[in-house]
Amino acid sequence: MSGPPKTPIFLERASYKQRRLTDAARLLPIMGAVLWAIPLLWGDDDGAGVSNAHALIYVFGVWVVLIGLSALIINRLQDDDTAAQSDSAD
Amino acid sequence: MVPFNVLIFAALSYVAILFSVAFLAERRAAAGHSDWLQSPLIYTLSLSIYCTAWTFYGAVGYAARSGLEFVTIYLGPTLVMVGWWWILRRLVRIGRSQRLTSIADLISSRFGKSTLLGVVVTVISVVAATPYIALQLQSVTLSFAVFAQSGAESWDRSDFNATAMWVAVGLAVFTILFGTRNLDVNERHHGIVMAIAVEAVVKLLALLAVGVFVVWGVAGGPAEMLNRIDNSDITLWDQDHGRWISLIFLSAAAFLCLPRMFQVLVVENADERHLRVASWAFPLYLFLMSLFVVPIAVVGLDLLPAGSNPDLFVLTVPLAQGQDGLAVLSFLGGFSSATSMVIVAAIALATMVSNHIVVPVWLNLQSNRQAMMSGDVRHVILLARRLSIAGVLALGFIYYRMSGGGTALAAIGLVSFTGTVQVLPALVGGIFWRGATRVGAACGLVTGLIIWTWTLFLPSFGAGAVISQSIMDFGPWGIEWLRPQALFGITGLDPLVHGILWSMLLNSGMLILGSLLSFPAPLERLQGAQFVNVFERSVAAPAWTRAAAAAEDLLVMSQRILGGREAQAIFEREAERQGLTGYLPETTPEFIERLERELAGSVGAATAHAMIGQLTGGSVVSVEDLIAVADEAAQILEYSNRLEAKSAEQERTARALRDANAKLTALSVQKDAFLSQISHELRTPMTSIRSFSEILRDGDMSAAEQGRYAGIIHDEAIRLTRLLDDLLDLSVLENGQVVLNEQTGDLSALLDRAIGAAGLHDSDLKIVRNRNEEAVMLSADLDRLVQVFINLISNARKYCDATAPELTIEVSRTPNDYYVDFVDNGSGIAPENEQLIFEKFSRVSDQSKAGGAGLGLAICREIMHRLGGDVDYVRRAKGAAFRVTLPKAKMGAVLAET
Repeated sequence: MSGPPKTPIFLERASYKQRRLTDAARLLPIMGAVLWAIPLLWGDDDGAGVSNAHALIYVFGVWVVLIGLSALIINRLQDDDTAAQSDSAD
Repeated sequence: MVPFNVLIFAALSYVAILFSVAFLAERRAAAGHSDWLQSPLIYTLSLSIYCTAWTFYGAVGYAARSGLEFVTIYLGPTLVMVGWWWILRRLVRIGRSQRLTSIADLISSRFGKSTLLGVVVTVISVVAATPYIALQLQSVTLSFAVFAQSGAESWDRSDFNATAMWVAVGLAVFTILFGTRNLDVNERHHGIVMAIAVEAVVKLLALLAVGVFVVWGVAGGPAEMLNRIDNSDITLWDQDHGRWISLIFLSAAAFLCLPRMFQVLVVENADERHLRVASWAFPLYLFLMSLFVVPIAVVGLDLLPAGSNPDLFVLTVPLAQGQDGLAVLSFLGGFSSATSMVIVAAIALATMVSNHIVVPVWLNLQSNRQAMMSGDVRHVILLARRLSIAGVLALGFIYYRMSGGGTALAAIGLVSFTGTVQVLPALVGGIFWRGATRVGAACGLVTGLIIWTWTLFLPSFGAGAVISQSIMDFGPWGIEWLRPQALFGITGLDPLVHGILWSMLLNSGMLILGSLLSFPAPLERLQGAQFVNVFERSVAAPAWTRAAAAAEDLLVMSQRILGGREAQAIFEREAERQGLTGYLPETTPEFIERLERELAGSVGAATAHAMIGQLTGGSVVSVEDLIAVADEAAQILEYSNRLEAKSAEQERTARALRDANAKLTALSVQKDAFLSQISHELRTPMTSIRSFSEILRDGDMSAAEQGRYAGIIHDEAIRLTRLLDDLLDLSVLENGQVVLNEQTGDLSALLDRAIGAAGLHDSDLKIVRNRNEEAVMLSADLDRLVQVFINLISNARKYCDATAPELTIEVSRTPNDYYVDFVDNGSGIAPENEQLIFEKFSRVSDQSKAGGAGLGLAICREIMHRLGGDVDYVRRAKGAAFRVTLPKAKMGAVLAET
């Protein structure tokens, strides 16, 4: 018996794209968390803080971007786990 | 004004519609048309039970009080859904492959099908969900009250209680009707899911309608709305950093851990691909649900008199504006939010309670096997589940009654979330870390439960209610480190953040510590591997090694849980798979494993394991068993390898034997032929000798006759002797026993000797020689060589059929050999006989005059082979030519030519 089947080091273009899409799907929630943490940095040095409308638009804007990106990625991502089966090749 | 009776009528009609939707969906699914019932859209909408009445009504109040903080409750789930690849994908796959029935089942199953962990998670879930259910009852009751009071009725406490009670009873009936139709939780509740989807649409539409009315109808457009928001008294962004992050984390974690969310996310999931759609569609739903929360809050604060309850703005703003229809829609939206949440929560909790508490207790009570076989388990479990549903709703109602239905209840939403989230470390640890053990999970869960109870749950009843003010201020027994809201003496944290932080930290810490210090049982390790490696096609390791259970017993038990037809179908399928006729399959470990998983779909992993364990005589897998199995497998492997080698060897031996046998048979045939030849050859002279000696014995004859007969006897005796000599000679030669005496001599002299000895005196054979050619010195066993020459010459004498027979002896030489050719002028030997003449007893013609036994040429060839040369028959234009080859290397090397 020989060892485990060897996976190729390089993938063809289509598989490569799929791999990067799963990367994007993984990173999306992290991006969302970071974007929604950014308001914590909004300074209130003048005491007044940020305007209501501004804050509202920012939070909901990030939301829309996340939903849009997620839908876009899912749409492109192929149906099964083929892309996720082996993470060793890139 | 909406008359209260109209509202009641609307509510009842709505309920009736829900009943019929659920009923039709069940019918449709039963008829096999479940295609669109299982669409991603329905799945996404069913997730909306996350948005309860608390969020439907409460979000506006929350926004009015704390600004944008309300949105954290939606941001967490959004992140979880958008990050479906990380956890949900894995969770759904595990849920489907393990046929999980609830989150308690997940934890119990992962950590070795532990009953204890199932109980702990169930208790946490029930304790955490009870206030939440009470909150839903309160919302519905309050919304009824709003309409009643706007109709100038004044409600007192008993009205509230009665309403809450009727709502609870109605929900219990609906849930029991559609939630406990079949025992197998994995068979989807099409009716309920469909009803929830309808409710999801209603509550979204209701909130959007109120929002659109507020923005365009009251404020006059988005731009004006933004203006109003900017100028309102609410400060949207004034966040405690800790709270903002903690609440996003809390809602994300709760989204995963809430029993009702697990029910719709994992258990009711019909297709993993639905998750992909839901991953963006559900965040969109949440986005729409919260889009108009701030506008409604701002407009409500502007329009309504100070002191109005902001929690009810969604209802009171349309009412104040005279939009009765909108108000009724809004009421139905809130009603939907509350009921859908309660229904699913009740199902999820009832499944957990019945599978992890009631059935194990019942099984224990009936620990002997006969008792279990005689009871109808199916009936018992269904009854347990129905009673659990009623019990869960009763608990919620009692909590509502006891809490007084005041504002204290509103604050408990987040506290309840925090309680639920105590399952998170065990959940995440269980599906990502193989090293997480049962002991670790139990330590973590219990620690988390204790800290949550101490820091959040008990204080939530209000200072002095359960924990006295002095303990809050100075700690129990004056130990300041144990103050409920300032553990370890760290003060200044928001109480909620404080509770989340410490419970999560210590919970996770204990999980890790307990796991590192303990050693998991074999079943835990098997389950752990299956959970963590769910995407690698891992085969389930057999959990049952000795299948002691009889198929009949298993069938009887399965029938009681799965129902007669299903159980028989499973058994028949298995029998067919095993290639057996009839209905009962062999109880192989694989079959028992499969059966256990089927049962687990109904009663949970731990209970199914325990029930099968009782039938199989408790032959639960142990380390020893595993090792034994591994050893056995190795032995079998080795044994079969040995067998294979042996059989190959045997085949080789057999082939050799066959060959030997064939050789022996051939030899035996040859021997028989040889013997019959010899006896024939011997009998001929013996017959003559016997008959002539008989004549002589009888006497009465002349002396001449006597002499002649004696001569014949003598000749025959000589012939016999010669034959025997020849045979002996040949035997000696063939066996290699001959001793060669090397001498040196002249070929010419040898030929002279041979001609002299060949007995040519009474023959007319003429010998032609060239003496010059014969001047060759040879070194060999010359006597033997002469024997060959004599034989060849006498052959020529005997067989040459020419009228004037003539034998020419020619000597020629090549670089390697000398040739001595004996050429006669007879007719020669027919080509077909050329190959035979050197064989023993071969005589080309049966010329009895030859008088030999046909051994001569055979002996010649043997001699020549011994001497290193050869004798062949060479075809000549005329007559027979025998060529004797004398190799120079062998015979001439030491000789000088003369």
